[in-house]
Order: sequence, then structure tokens, then C-alpha cells
Amino acid sequence: MDGSDIGFWGVPLAMLAGAIRVSTPFIFVSLGECLTERSGRINLGLEGTLMMGAMSAYGTALLSGSPWLGVLVAAGVGLMLGTLHAVLCQLPKVNDIATGIGLMLFGTGLAFFLGKPYIQPKAPNLGALDLGGWSSIPQVQQALQVNPLFIFGILLAFALAWALKNTRWGLIVRLAGESVDAALAIGASVARVRLLATAVGGAFAGIGGAFLSLYYPGSWNEGLSSGQGLMAVALVIFARWDPIRCLWASLLFGAAGAISPALQSVGVTQGYYLFSAAPYVLTLALMIATCSPARSVRGAPGELGAVK
Amino acid sequence: MGTAFERIAVSALALLASAVIFGLLLILYAGVDPFEAYALMYQGAFGSWFSFQNTLTRAAPLILTALCTALPARLGLIIIGNEGALVLGGVAAAAAGVAVSGSGPLVAQLTMAAAAMIAGGAWIALAGGLRQYRGVNETISSLLLTYIAIALMNHFVEGPLRDPSSLNKPSTHPIGDANMLGTIGGSDVHWGLALGIAACVICYVVQRFTTFGFAMQVIGGNPKTARMMGLNVGRYVLIACFAGGAAAGLAGMVEVAAVHGKANASLAVGYGFTGILVSFLARHHPLAIIPVAILLGGIGASGGLLQRRLDLPDAAVVVLQGIIFVCILASETLYGRSWNWLWRFRAVEGR
Repeated sequence: MDGSDIGFWGVPLAMLAGAIRVSTPFIFVSLGECLTERSGRINLGLEGTLMMGAMSAYGTALLSGSPWLGVLVAAGVGLMLGTLHAVLCQLPKVNDIATGIGLMLFGTGLAFFLGKPYIQPKAPNLGALDLGGWSSIPQVQQALQVNPLFIFGILLAFALAWALKNTRWGLIVRLAGESVDAALAIGASVARVRLLATAVGGAFAGIGGAFLSLYYPGSWNEGLSSGQGLMAVALVIFARWDPIRCLWASLLFGAAGAISPALQSVGVTQGYYLFSAAPYVLTLALMIATCSPARSVRGAPGELGAVK
Repeated sequence: MGTAFERIAVSALALLASAVIFGLLLILYAGVDPFEAYALMYQGAFGSWFSFQNTLTRAAPLILTALCTALPARLGLIIIGNEGALVLGGVAAAAAGVAVSGSGPLVAQLTMAAAAMIAGGAWIALAGGLRQYRGVNETISSLLLTYIAIALMNHFVEGPLRDPSSLNKPSTHPIGDANMLGTIGGSDVHWGLALGIAACVICYVVQRFTTFGFAMQVIGGNPKTARMMGLNVGRYVLIACFAGGAAAGLAGMVEVAAVHGKANASLAVGYGFTGILVSFLARHHPLAIIPVAILLGGIGASGGLLQRRLDLPDAAVVVLQGIIFVCILASETLYGRSWNWLWRFRAVEGR
């Protein structure tokens, strides 16, 4: 037994690595959705935004050679899709849940359509910070390779939590979500607040997409995201609309997503596909545990229809 | 919700708007003449008897999966788990078909249909039940159930139900040529289309002419009123979701028993997702689903021709569907107020 063989300890270690690596898109999308929902609107289309962000980031990185420019472009594309969702939802009689489904299919389709030329070529990667240099075990070193976006995501969660609680802007966003009348009473335009919150939420989701295509798994293809955007929406409900809890929940989801490849790497191949469904089952189980038919979920913004 | 004329006019306007947006995308991004593209699409979808049969063959599963969204929508639920119910229905049908393959075509086909409908129905009823009794948002849970269903299909097809002789593309054992659903008359269109149309007609009759259908309408209009009237809302939710899921499951059975002959990953090619669009485009009306499914089946059928002749990515069709979806939803805002400006416009012209 040499130093690189750590047996079944590889499973929890791979899950830790997964929590760090796989969770980043969840963090960004859930924070974006959290902000949007706190303003009183739901955006189910973030799955499409995630794919468009991934595609545009990969394309930009490939053509310009700069992955960070790709992240920026992805944020811009996310901003545009978020704005589109907000504008559509502001039309009278237009249902925000249905529009979200429409934009999810539209965004995914458009990403496939525009991204066709980028499937083969290899774009520059975002790179990682080595935080595992103190350990001599290669798996530990590998697990602690941390992408700057992950750290940025953590900071963003704390910043968003602070801003929602302590700034004038945060107060207005929360008012728009809790009570339209109260927001109108202090002279805030609910429509404008929701427009901005939905647009910025879309930008966050776009950054999450950039992480997918530029770091992990680090390529552009049509199977890049399979419901991560949607799981992040469910995750916000579980996190009761609190950015810090969104962060913990994202880490949990990342770990769950890493179960299946981790078990495979130590030789457990039985039921690979069943374990690959773990994040979805976990999401559903958490939603069943969190929701209740009698009352709306604790912490739910008062104007949010979808969780009533 | 508006007159029939208004519904058709607004939908036509939305379709026209989507055609313009998609045309702009074609010009700006691909440098393709949109009129040539639309002419090709017409040719690929309805231009010849051959292509029209292809369109109808694709419309069959769309009609059935659209019911999966349309029936619960009557109660105010937005279910988008159509793909999951289709996939599970397909696997259940294949498993049942293999088990009873020796007992004659009629028995085998009925068993397959029953297995598929129970599997798909139970899957969507689960989402409906979670909504009713646990307050879980049915839109999110039904889509999560779709991903779980696809994982289950992969598990069964590559594991317990795998035919060892299917090497490159893991599949179940074939159900046998004798047990396949045949084609209608002298055409290449299989009986799944007739099943779909029959299902739509039955749903329409139930919704329009029975007390059960009237109760569904009351619940969809106002659940509180329905409860005060003494209606058991939960039972209606479960039945509508089960029926919708059963229709989507039947679509899976049709794909297995009329197209593939066995269950494999080819089941999950997006008929369920297009079915959501069909249902919304038809405004969840069972009879309107039939022409809309044929239209979208045609768009799907023309994808190959666009790819070959204009070198467009195969996702072009998906983009067009997405654009149509968004335009149709946005056009909801035109109902009831759309004609005022038109009259004013005419008055100005008349002066």
C-alpha cells in the first residue's frame, strides 16, 4: 500500500472535494435566485441562464484567450436574460412560473444553437489556487485545489446577507418582496426593484455557468448542466431565503453530486446511475421536509406566490 | 378567457412574432435567408406525403405527453414532468412486453399499455400528491422527478433489464416483432396517433360534458369555493395527475411498441419537453392539442432538412420552439384589451 492509496477514505475526501468543486455553480445560482425571490418574484429560467452563461463564457475565452473576460461576458448575458424575464413578467396577466419554464427551454436551446462551433476546441481554463500544499497526500492536494470563483461565491453570500439586512437597498428589496403596499408607502417602485433584482440574479447565474464551462467540468457540451439551475431554485426554498444558508445548502448539494463518481473511483460500480440521482432525490426529500400544506414556508417572502 | 376568435388571433400573432425573431436570428447569426429556411421547413414537415407521415409519427407522442401538462392545468397545477413519465412508461412497457411476449399480440399490447400507464400515472400522481398533502411546488418537484426517472431508466437499461447482446447502446430485450403496434391502413403512421387523438377526445368529453369535468373547472377557478361546495380537491388532483401521467406513460409505450421495439436512451429525446410547449400553445385545451402537436411535430421533422441543406445546428428547432414558447406566454397580456388600439387605428385611417 503506497501513499497514494487511501482506500475508502477516498469517498469522504472526494465528497469534500466535490463540495468545493461542484458546489460553486449552486452557490451562484442560488444566491441569484435568493435575491430575485426576496424581491417577490420567482425565476425558474435560471437553468437556461446557466447554460447561456456557460456557452458565452466558453466562446469568449476561446476567441479572446482570456477566461476572466469570459466570466464577465457570462455575467452580462445573464443580466440580459434576467432583464428579459423581468420585463416579460411585468406585462399584465403574464405568469412568472410559466415564463420561467419558457425561458429555461429557450436559453438551453439558444445555448446549443450558438454554442455548436465551441464543442470541439479547447478554451483556456480559469485555473485554481493550491491550498493543499501542506499535505503530502496527492488526493488531499487535489481536493484542496480551489478556484477563485468559489472564494468569490462565499464572499458574495456574506456580502448579500449583509446588504439585505443593513443597507437601504436591501430594505427596499425585502419590502418589495414582503409587502407591495409597504414598498409603495415609502415611495419605492416595486416594478423597478424587481427588474433590478431579477437582472442581477440572472448575472449571478451567468457567472455560475462560466464556472461550469471554464473550470469544472471545464468544457462546453450539451450535457453540461442537468438541472443544476433548477435544483438551485429548490435549494433556496430549503435555505429559507437566507444567503448564508444558501451557501451551506450548496456545499451539501455539491457533496451529494460527488457521491456517484467517488464511489466509482473506489470500485463500487453497482448502481452508478442510482447514485447519480442522489442530488435530485436529496432536493426532493429536503423540499418535502421543508414545505407544509397548512402554512407557507417559514421565512418566505410574503409576495411570493409559488411557495404558498 | 376571451372569444375563440381572440384566442386564434392572439396565438397567430405570437407565432408570427416568433417567426420574425427566429428569422432575425438566422440572418444575424447564421447568414441564412429566413424565407429559404421557412420554405425548407414547410417542405420537410408538410411538403410531401412522406414528410407528412414523418410529422404525424412525431405528433403522436407529443399529443400524449401534452395531456400530462394539460389535464392538471385544468386544476391550476403546472406539471412539467412529462419527459419523466414518458421514459418510465417506456421502460415499464418494455419490461411488461418482454415478460408476456409469448401470449399473443393483443394481450402483450394491452399489458404493455397498462404497465406504462400505471408507471407514468403513479409518477405524476406523486408530484400532485406532494403538492396537495405536503405543499411542495409541483412544477419543481415534477421536473426533479424527470431527472430521477431518467436515472432510473439508465439503471434498468444498463442493469437488471439489459439485453446482453446490446453492446454499443444498452437496451432491454426486444418485445418481439409480432407484438409491435402496426401502422394505420396503407400509411407509415403507427396506431399511436389514433390512441393520442382518442385520448384527447375522451378528455374533452369528460371535461365538457360530465360533472367530473365541471368539478375540475370549479377547482381550477377557485379551490376555496370548491372546498365550500364539498368537493374533495385532493382526490381530483390525484386523478387528474394520474390521468395526465398515464397519457405520457402511454406515449412511452407507443415509442417502445411502435418505433424502437425496446427501451433504451432513445426514449429521452425531448418529446416530453416539447409536450409542455404543445399544451401551453393549445392553452391546455384537449382538442386544440391535436393540431398544435402536428404543427410542432412538423417543426421537429424539418430539423434534419435544415441541418443538411442550410448547415444549421440541430438545435435550431429547439431555439424556434423556445422562441414560440416565450412569445405565446408574453401574448397572454394581449387578451381582453388588445382590440381597443386596433379600433382607434381604424378610426384614424377612416378620417
